[in-house]
Amino acid sequence: MSKSIASKPMPRRFHQARWDEPLIFELSQPGQRGVLPPAVDPGILAEVGNPAAALPDGLRRDQPPALPELSQVHVVRHYARLAQENLGADLNIDIGQGTCTMKHNPKVNDQLANSPKAVDVHPLQDDATMQGILEIHYRLQEILKEISGLDAVSLHPGAGSMAIYANVAMIRAYHEARGEGEQRDEVITTIFSHPSNGAAARTAGYKIITLYPDEDGYPDLDALKAAVSERTAALMITNPEDTGIFNPRIAEFVRVVHEAGGLCAYDQANANGILGITRAREAGFDLCHFNLHKTFGAPHGSGGPGAGASCVTAALEPFLPAPTVAYDGKRYFLDHDRPQSIGKVHPFFGVTPAILRSYAWIMNLGAAGLREVSEIAVLNNNYLLQKVLDIPGVSAPYARGKRRIEQVRYSWEELTRETGVHTEEIGYRMADFGAHYWTSHHPFVVPEPMTLEPTESYSRADLDEYVAMLRQIAEEAYADPEIIKTAPHNSTIHRVDPDWFDDPEQWAITWRAYRRKHLGNGE
Amino acid sequence: MHKLGLIVNPVAGIGGSVGLKGSDGLEIQRRARALGATPRAEERATLALAPLLPHSQAFTLLTYPGEMGENAARNAGFDPVVLGSITPGATTAGDTRRAAQELRAAGVDLLLFAGGDGSARDVAAAIGLSLPVIGIPTGVKMHSAVFAISPRAAGEMAVSFLFGRRRGLREAEVMDLDEESYRSGRVSPRLYGYLRVPVGERLMQNKKAPTPASEEVQMQAIAWDVVEQMQPGWRVILGPGSTMRAIAEHLGVPKTLVGVDVVENGQLIAADAGERELLACLADGRPAQIIVSLIGGQGFLFGRGNQQISPRVLRAVGRENILVVGAPSKLNALAGRPLLVDTGDPKTDAWLRGYLPIVTGYHERVIYRVA
Repeated sequence: MSKSIASKPMPRRFHQARWDEPLIFELSQPGQRGVLPPAVDPGILAEVGNPAAALPDGLRRDQPPALPELSQVHVVRHYARLAQENLGADLNIDIGQGTCTMKHNPKVNDQLANSPKAVDVHPLQDDATMQGILEIHYRLQEILKEISGLDAVSLHPGAGSMAIYANVAMIRAYHEARGEGEQRDEVITTIFSHPSNGAAARTAGYKIITLYPDEDGYPDLDALKAAVSERTAALMITNPEDTGIFNPRIAEFVRVVHEAGGLCAYDQANANGILGITRAREAGFDLCHFNLHKTFGAPHGSGGPGAGASCVTAALEPFLPAPTVAYDGKRYFLDHDRPQSIGKVHPFFGVTPAILRSYAWIMNLGAAGLREVSEIAVLNNNYLLQKVLDIPGVSAPYARGKRRIEQVRYSWEELTRETGVHTEEIGYRMADFGAHYWTSHHPFVVPEPMTLEPTESYSRADLDEYVAMLRQIAEEAYADPEIIKTAPHNSTIHRVDPDWFDDPEQWAITWRAYRRKHLGNGE
Repeated sequence: MHKLGLIVNPVAGIGGSVGLKGSDGLEIQRRARALGATPRAEERATLALAPLLPHSQAFTLLTYPGEMGENAARNAGFDPVVLGSITPGATTAGDTRRAAQELRAAGVDLLLFAGGDGSARDVAAAIGLSLPVIGIPTGVKMHSAVFAISPRAAGEMAVSFLFGRRRGLREAEVMDLDEESYRSGRVSPRLYGYLRVPVGERLMQNKKAPTPASEEVQMQAIAWDVVEQMQPGWRVILGPGSTMRAIAEHLGVPKTLVGVDVVENGQLIAADAGERELLACLADGRPAQIIVSLIGGQGFLFGRGNQQISPRVLRAVGRENILVVGAPSKLNALAGRPLLVDTGDPKTDAWLRGYLPIVTGYHERVIYRVA
């Protein structure tokens, strides 16, 4: 008779590692060494002298840097322990980071990005010596032209928001070239657009006009009509919005702004739900941007090197950041000869590791595969929507009863009113199940928000498990809210008092600042 | 050792459950009881104190006897210091005012009061802006912007204020309807003053998000924007409120907090003006502008606390010359509801409907619906 394996409870039991690990500076012992680099070979010394002497004086330190001193095994152990106290996309069902969810990027793409052919290239090399890298940049540009329907693409921006900034800069250059730069000083956006639109336009010096949703929860067309004028430089809008609602009158929005002489920029930071289904071109937009990390599988800007893409119509092509990656039929080259260009928003010509990963991700899927990605992402999201709305205390404000595209901004308002449990406390409790739960929902319009985005990477079983965690927490809130109020119980760190982060007397971003402010022994 | 004051208006809200639209005055309270109403203020005050109980070693709770706070405190598990004396079953507005003054004299850092608009008026009359307060929502009428969203939220705000590190305060409107006219179907609300309340951002968001600028900084940013756009020779009518006062400070002119004032070319030309003075200022037909902020928690633009800006004044200035100002938090608190107008003239209300720009920061505007 064979014994059966005991079934696992749902949600799973979890306990995170806790190592009580000191800071690496506290582990430092004077004189300890991890690696001793060899001295300069006598032959080299005789031939070229001391290579360090070739460094300009301005780049040299007067004193050696005050780095911690540790043996290699202690360094490895230190970071391995910290890694166990962390939670990443490879460990958890990472769908609680709506608007920023990490989809799975196949590991083979990481191998490609880490190959010597990629990492040993320097952007200041001669074009002729990096034809392969430039070809991949060029090919990805061509692919994004097809995905957006627009006429020209720059992969120069180093992140999604940088691509938005590049788009604003091109909008300004376009109006200046037509003599309307001074007059057109307003940019219109919506409250549930990606907040970087307003922020980038504001940084570029524009006045911002924000539209709130209409009575049905959709972007308000009548408010747009009241907002446009001869001062309108552009509409910068996300669709679907961060609520997951697709603007059904998007073509009408574009028409109203074009009639007033403004340009229209489509934020497609998150195109997970619309690949191969709808394009900026058909909606009438003049510009759009993609976050390569968001839609095309490369890491976030804050989790690895990010990358953004700016896409424009032919009328805006002269203003693209320079250099562009071009092809003359024989060779690939960096085109610096672009007199109307807005110049650089980032060093060099693009973040190659992110571009390689995205290129590989797209080539693995093909055109039909991209559409399938979106279909599965939307299906996953609406499955999740149905399941989450069955949990007591949750609602999906705005456009009630309607399907969403790729994500939903939910509200725990009812649960908070009935139990006193807040969304941020639910996030603490989620850590007890080994799951991440995002708590940034700028702007804070939806009360007690929770934004979930499942993408195409997660299975039905994954979604069911995440829902089981949320359901258990909601049931605990009604039965015994103290469980949640005192969470996390199974995590490395119990609770951090965030109020300290606001106090300039207390915050310490560096070891030096920590010693000065907290140990009283800084310089 | 912190000191927290607590006042419960024991009859607050008693009229609401039996449809009496308010609880002011002994006669109404007697009628409410006759109709079977039971007071809920004590129960709600007890709920508000619950989040404070884990901190009971770190502060002293001071309150008034019996139904004016002591009972709620004991029900919540506290052993409070009790001041003053009352006549049980016959407490009045005068008791609320006296309690507020005595608690202030006893040195409390923060005052919690359970009541509605009437109680808020009494507290404001007694202590004004001299002490931070939080309203525990208990009453029937709650037009004032001094109440937390729930009793528990009031307690959590108190914890955050006493023991957290963020102690931002803002001035919030104390509004009240005249209950007699309210009961007979006529609405005649007034702005009675201001109380200082803690900024309650913590309840809305986590610190991982970009922290919005403080209310004070937001007001300054709005003032910069508005003053930058003022045109020479224009009469500018400034409505009541602390944002308007920030604009006046920017111009270097004095401003009445609850009144309507008129400035021109950076000079004050009418202080605390009524409708007649406003019309006199506009009589020569020179261009004019009205600047107002949202009043109270309901999102009223006109007809609440600024009735001086009457339909005739509004018509004389013109709809295109109305500028609304307000911090984003005030708009977000509306949860998507439109702005409201109630000028007393249906035609003027209809004329105001549609969309108006709201200055929400320096070079930042929102286009918002007026219904």
